[in-house]
Order: sequence, then structure tokens, then C-alpha cells
Amino acid sequence: MAITISKNKASRGIAKRVRELTGVDLSACYQCRKCTSGCPVSGMAKCTPAEMMRRLHLDQGDDLLDSDLLWMCVSCETCSARCPMGIDVAAVMDALRKIALERGAAQGEGNVPLFNRAFLKTVEVFGRSYDIAMIAAYKLGSRKLMADTEKFPTMLKKRKIALLPPTGADRKAVRRIFKKTKENKAADT
Amino acid sequence: MKYAYFPGCSAESTARDMHQSTLAVAQSLGTQLVEPKGWTCCGATAGHQTDRVLAVALSAATLAKVKDLGLDLVVNCAACYNRMKVANHEVATNPQVRAKVAQAIGRDYDGSVKIRHFLEVLLEDVGIEKIAGALRGSLAGMKVASYYGCLLVRPHDVTGFDDPENPTSLDQLVTAMGGTALEWPHKTECCGGGLSMSRTDVVVTLTDNIVGMAKAAGAECIAVSCPMCQINLDMRQLDVAKIKGRNHDVPVLYITQLLGLCLGIPAGQLGLNKLMISPERIVKAVVAA
Repeated sequence: MAITISKNKASRGIAKRVRELTGVDLSACYQCRKCTSGCPVSGMAKCTPAEMMRRLHLDQGDDLLDSDLLWMCVSCETCSARCPMGIDVAAVMDALRKIALERGAAQGEGNVPLFNRAFLKTVEVFGRSYDIAMIAAYKLGSRKLMADTEKFPTMLKKRKIALLPPTGADRKAVRRIFKKTKENKAADT
Repeated sequence: MKYAYFPGCSAESTARDMHQSTLAVAQSLGTQLVEPKGWTCCGATAGHQTDRVLAVALSAATLAKVKDLGLDLVVNCAACYNRMKVANHEVATNPQVRAKVAQAIGRDYDGSVKIRHFLEVLLEDVGIEKIAGALRGSLAGMKVASYYGCLLVRPHDVTGFDDPENPTSLDQLVTAMGGTALEWPHKTECCGGGLSMSRTDVVVTLTDNIVGMAKAAGAECIAVSCPMCQINLDMRQLDVAKIKGRNHDVPVLYITQLLGLCLGIPAGQLGLNKLMISPERIVKAVVAA
């Protein structure tokens, strides 16, 4: 594993911010790569969890946030479960995603942030997720209009997916959470 | 036995079969499940991938409601179970997060609601003997691959569910039902979870690996207890056939559907028609015990 860090790119304190967000001691990682052995997507991504940890050691800059692993990570937490040093690698990945969003980094093939926004928007409005609205918003935004359309007739026939929005949730409580979290975020930065 | 019950958003959409079969099995075994009024989304993967406090607050909003009921909370969706347990852990161990969550939900929540997966209730509270005694049908040696996925067992210091690398909760139930619980290596491999739409390519590859391994182990069906695992392993088999040319054709049933069949609950009440890979031969293979 050879990692190239370009000197002319400022680090912009990504490693420091990861430490603040997670409380993880990054230096505890001794690169045994057990996280990578168990990672279901490390064979498909251009980067591995162990490599992300090493890039953080070296205080790499913005390139780190463009890594395709960030948005291919399935949050299965196998890395955290098997780390012999007890490092919560999955929390580090969550923190890196948060920083990537804050700094407007590349969002990768598939546009997971768009999916997450579409999902959370339905939760904000209805108090529970609403699949059809979430799928529509994601499809429009990602221009993947035709994906999975061949399955829709069967799914509708089987009533496998709800057509009407969810009712019965305490919508007021959820709207408050979104509002307060946004205010908090604005206060933090 | 009376519990609060959190169905989770999927229970009203893609996992109505899980919800239906859970209620039917609970009723059949004399377990009372009460939905907390106004329950809301746990935040799921999208929540914690976006913001830690948002994710914890979304789960805590419902947990605070359950605390007022004074009951243990039963969750059957592995993803909701995971998020709820993480929320409890975060507010109980991190005063800063607890304060921010209190601000977001408008009251202090201490993380004290006891959260149980329905499998834990079945094995620990109802007990395998009582379940075995209530069975009216048998799987008659059917080879079943029990698939646990990620979220029940990880992070293990938080969920505390079973054994993190070789869980056997589902297997115990399969054995009690007269099935053959297969030893196989992919019990806790990940199906790709919430990336099903955004990175379908990843989920199709992972589904192919998992279902392919189950089939190689001789599985006639796969038993699951998570709506994300179910829909990925079931529906994405259609894509595996189309893209990779491998037609695994292995039905993926919720353990509550298998249990329901063996408890003599009519198939129509278990949502079995919702599966994309037809479970017809599994339903037919259940014989009177």
C-alpha cells in the first residue's frame, strides 16, 4: 500500500476535527488491516479502511474527503467490531462523511448524500420515512429514472410498498428535532 | 407478558410482512405488544451518516415516550433496534450529547428504557420449551441458513445481542421447529443495507456472495430478522440473475413467518405473498408435527 500525499495541499485540520467529533485516538491504529480484511466493500473501492486511517495519521487534506470508500461504506461496523485496539473505525467514517458534507467535497457515484437527504426530508415532513416520496426525490435528483422500474408492477401488485404517506407519527416532535439540530449546527460553525 | 412495541417505518411499507407475522406470532404465544402513540422514525442509516445528534435525538424522541409507559421496548427491525440501542448508549455515556438531545426533543432522556429484540423476547422470556410445545407444524429437516446481518450483533458492546461472530438465536428456533440449522460462514456478513438504491451495484454483489454461499451450503431458504436484509437478499436476487446470470432462487423468509407457519397460523396472515422469490415450496414443506 503506497500512499501519496501532495505537499502543496493544506491539511485543513481534518484529522483534528475527526478526533473532536469522535473522541477516537487515531494514533492507536498500528495498521494491522483487520478492518480491511472484514470490510465487505474494500475489494470494490479504490481505498480501504486501513488506508483511511493511515491518511489521517499523515494528516492528508481534501483528497481524503474525495475517497470513494466514504460513500461505498455500508456502515456495517465490522471494522469497529474487529479492531484489536478498539478503535471505532465506523465512527471515523461517519465523521469523515460529515466533514465532507460541510466542506462540499465530491459526493461519489450513486450520490449517497442525496439519498440521505431525500430519506430524512420525508421523515422531517411525515415523522416517519415515506418510501415513494423518497424514491421519487432521489430518482429525480440522481437522474436514475429507470432504475428498478421493472420491479414496480410486481411490488405494487403485492402491495409491497405503501402508496399513501404514513400517518400517526408525532410530526411536531420530529420537526422540532430537525429545527433544533440545524440551529445547533449554525451555532457550532 | 406486556411490552411496548416499535414497528419501525418499514413495517408500514416494504416490511408489512415482518410486522404482520410478528404480531401474529406474539399473539399466538401470549405476548402483548403495545405501540407507543405517535412513534417516529429512528433516523436509520441516513440519520447517523448525516449528524450524530440528529440521529440520537430521532430515536430518543420515541424512547422518551416509551419511558412514560414504563414498559420494556420490543423492536423487531434490526436497524431500528441498533439505532435505539446506540441512542441509549450515547445519552447514558456522553453528557454533551445528552444535553443537546434534551434541547432537540424538549425534555431530558436518560437512556434507561430497556430495549429488546423480538428474538431476545422469544428466547429469553417465552423460552424455547414453551415455543416447542406450541408448535403444530414441523420444518421436517428443511435446511435453513440463518442470516443475522450486521445490526443485531454490531457494535457488540452496545447491542449485547448473542455472539458477535457466530450468533445462534435464529438457529435455535430453526432447530426447535424441526429444521436443520446450517453451519455456514456468512451469518454476519453485510448485505449492503441502506445502499440498496444509491449503490445498487454494491448490494447486488454482496447479495450474490451471501445467497450464493447459502446455496452452496445446501440452504432451501434463508431466515432473517431485518427488513433491509430481507428486501436486499430477496429482491436483489432478481438483479443477480439479470446482471450476473446466476439464478439462485432461494426464498428469504422472516423467522416470524417460519415460526408462524409452524405455529399453525394461516399463510395469509403472515404476509408470505409479499416475497419476490416465491416461498411456495417452503410453505408446502411444513408438515403437521
